[in-house]
Amino acid sequence: MTQDTLLADPEVQHRDRIVIRFAGDSGDGMQLAGTRFTDASALFGNDLATFPSFPAEIRAPAGTVAGVSSFQIHIADFDILTPGDAPDVLVAMNPAALMANLADVEEAGLLILNSDAFNERNFAKCGYDVDPREDGTLDQYNVLSVPMEELTKLAVVDSGVRGRATLRSKNFFALGLITWMFGRTLDPITDWIDKKFGADQPVGKANTMALKAGYNYGITTDAVHYKYDVPPAKMPAGTYTNITGNKALAWGLIAAAQLAKLPLFFGSYPITPASGVLEELARQKHFGVKTFQAEDEIAAAGISVGASFAGHLAATGTSGPGVALKSETISLALMMELPLVIVNVQRAGPSTGIPTKTEQADLMSAIYGRHGESPLPVIAAASPGDAFSTAIEACRIALKYMTPVILLSDGFVANSSEPWMLPDVASLPEMPVSFATEPNGEDGEFLPYKRNEFLARPWAIPGTPGLEHRLGGLEKQVETGNVNYVPENHAAMTELRERKIAGIAKDIPPVTVEGPENGDVLVLGWGGTYGSIRAGVLRAQQAGYNSVASAHLRHLFPFPANLGSVLRSYKHVIVPELNRGQLSKLLQAEYLIPIESYPKIMGVPFKATEIQARIVATIEGDRT
Amino acid sequence: MSATATRYQRSDFQSDQEVKWCPGCGDYTILASVQNFLATLDDVDKEKHVFVAGIGCSSRFPYYMDTYGMHTIHGRAPAFASGIATANPDLHVWVITGDGDALSIGGNHLIHALRRNVNLKILLFNNQIYGLTKGQYSPTSEVGKRTKTSPMGSIDYPFNPVSLALGAEASFVARTIDMDRNMTADILTAAYGHKGTAFIEIYQNCNVFNDKAFIQLTAKDEKVANRVYLKHGAPIVFGKDDENGIVITSTGAAIVKVADVGLDAIHVHDVNQPDPSVAFAISRLSHGPYGPTPVGVFRDVPRPTYEAEVTRQLVDAQAKQGPGDLGDLLASGGTWTVT
Repeated sequence: MTQDTLLADPEVQHRDRIVIRFAGDSGDGMQLAGTRFTDASALFGNDLATFPSFPAEIRAPAGTVAGVSSFQIHIADFDILTPGDAPDVLVAMNPAALMANLADVEEAGLLILNSDAFNERNFAKCGYDVDPREDGTLDQYNVLSVPMEELTKLAVVDSGVRGRATLRSKNFFALGLITWMFGRTLDPITDWIDKKFGADQPVGKANTMALKAGYNYGITTDAVHYKYDVPPAKMPAGTYTNITGNKALAWGLIAAAQLAKLPLFFGSYPITPASGVLEELARQKHFGVKTFQAEDEIAAAGISVGASFAGHLAATGTSGPGVALKSETISLALMMELPLVIVNVQRAGPSTGIPTKTEQADLMSAIYGRHGESPLPVIAAASPGDAFSTAIEACRIALKYMTPVILLSDGFVANSSEPWMLPDVASLPEMPVSFATEPNGEDGEFLPYKRNEFLARPWAIPGTPGLEHRLGGLEKQVETGNVNYVPENHAAMTELRERKIAGIAKDIPPVTVEGPENGDVLVLGWGGTYGSIRAGVLRAQQAGYNSVASAHLRHLFPFPANLGSVLRSYKHVIVPELNRGQLSKLLQAEYLIPIESYPKIMGVPFKATEIQARIVATIEGDRT
Repeated sequence: MSATATRYQRSDFQSDQEVKWCPGCGDYTILASVQNFLATLDDVDKEKHVFVAGIGCSSRFPYYMDTYGMHTIHGRAPAFASGIATANPDLHVWVITGDGDALSIGGNHLIHALRRNVNLKILLFNNQIYGLTKGQYSPTSEVGKRTKTSPMGSIDYPFNPVSLALGAEASFVARTIDMDRNMTADILTAAYGHKGTAFIEIYQNCNVFNDKAFIQLTAKDEKVANRVYLKHGAPIVFGKDDENGIVITSTGAAIVKVADVGLDAIHVHDVNQPDPSVAFAISRLSHGPYGPTPVGVFRDVPRPTYEAEVTRQLVDAQAKQGPGDLGDLLASGGTWTVT
């Protein structure tokens, strides 16, 4: 059915946006089904945002709620900002997936159930006493029961795959059905299958057969009243790709290395949810990227500092527990005044916490989590696509100011995806680096801690004749860098290190406001909450609350120079954060103005409706 | 060593910083040995040497060298050094460490550097004590040692650093003694010529907190009886008039009287043996500097260096895919155009 005939069909449901969630056992291939549908929708021209959710265990017991993995995608015909609050369509591959996700589904939403998995054994595993399809539990929803396993088995008979292995293709059956429901073509998916599994390989054939069977099931059962039309979005002109935050961040590092004309070095140790950055960079060796999988988090940082000393653009990546281990090395890089980017893809803590869930609770740790007086710049990525330019900015600051920089991402930014307009590569600003090659002292000596107008010291790399010098963790004498324990010198060096970082405030863009420049409410955020906050503010404005603005911080240390005056332009400043109010505390300490903290600490992003409700409550509270 | 070396003097490698080790410390001798050795290297520009240290008395070493250097974090020197060497394989990267630094807090980094075979020369100054913190037992202190933190005697079973390095399959392993400058010079030469990680344990006397720890190998009377010099291609014999020898049996290495078994039965030392088992057996002749103790080069085998493999993969990737193009990369996940 073409787009035109869809539009003409009165039974097709026309929507400007819709949220679909695929849910099943962690072994059911729901992430794969979700990402394939995402790509098909992106190529179709929808705006979209995705949100994968995994259990912490690789394979929790099959059929249990703990083992449920899901992938949510929000598609729309306009510019959307979040993966959506509540699914309109839920695909549940077993009763546990239904149980874990049902409460989130919109009223009268559509449930697509794999009926073959709805049996007594599986009810018992997840704790349903009776079949939820028969006791009224699902009365308020539309239910489409499909025997996906049986149909998949029959569909793949001639593929060469035999026995229980045939069931592995059932995610493609579900994907085929959804693809039909949304009027997408199968071509991008079958192309992908051919590339991934081999068109003539049994697994590739089985997946394609199951996919087509699911698609045809929609046609032949005449389930047309379950068909949806979400037209392409009107997005700004440009070339787009669908990108996750980890990938964008890795590409940003590669871009920065090209702009600085330096080789990129990335030392890291695998950790959820940061491993994707190391994995992506390891694939890009033809860019001259050196990746080093170290023996532990500490070594990963040390190896990167060594590479920095040797003249590479060096970065290391990890999550909160790894940052804790790296903190001594970060302090050393700060003392040595060597450029280094430390990527922290935050996850729910403390300790091992909930590794697969998102959180923003490492802000204080990033700014203050080191021994001694150890200031360094901290910046954060606001969305998957934004991670690209944030990574470039982190490198720019590190190289220009000869300092370690902490770049905060989070589990949501890292794994979710959005359409991202490709930047014009040629227009990215170069950031050339000049290594020291000549002595800089009055008597022809080399002074490794003599500073330029930005208070940055020279970068003299081993192999440069005549500039032999020693760096170390012991306090340095001003200019010479020799070990020095004199009290006044320690005070002077501490102050120099502080002023150097504080001066970066003059070198970063002012914070900009979306909405009125003054008024009742400013919603100020940082990091991965950008989409939720923007969507919540837009909804409040659409509901008639016009005196509401939002602003988002990329630079968290130092703050942009105009931040204080911006905050003072509103009656209320609401700061939503996925922590217990860390930015709020920093703002109050810095500007001595009251901040209304809106913390959330549940391992999941804000919903736009939550932000909207918080804004409305504040304004209505003033009126009563 | 070249007798015609004239390009550098020892003084070219002495920094302007005052050396602050305790008077009489073995570190002075090692510093002189290293500086003298570097001065013999006519073919290496001195700016290509980088000395990397952790924390401890020995780790102040880079400050006293007029080369590039890094005084880093306790135990972590092999990590920093691995980063330097991997980033720039043209450099000559030396790691200066101690028994506490390398074997206690830094044990993990040491074994991983050894297995990777990064081109590092690791000099482990073993004085069997924590000196910088003023006299606590170390991971090489003998069981029963009384120190400030072991007033009733240490109950920690010590490492034999050479055995540890061989167990990690280090491609070059040697042991020398601070006072034996000739042996140190020979071993530095061999280590320098080795491509990959070279691990050298140096018995180093701490005359303040652990004086005479190596007396059985350094006292005039005892050293002849106890130093077992390992020479490649020669039978391992030692003692007065080489009266003792080493044989390899099914249970390990053993000391025999040469007169009892005949010289032909004595094990001929082979540093190039790919399997480290025999070298390991030889390292077990003593667990520390007590009684007959092997010194010299235990093992010297070729293996690709880590940084050479890193470089090879970059070259292969570029040969296959061409040099990276940023525009292509950004479009690699599939694109669509909105007009």
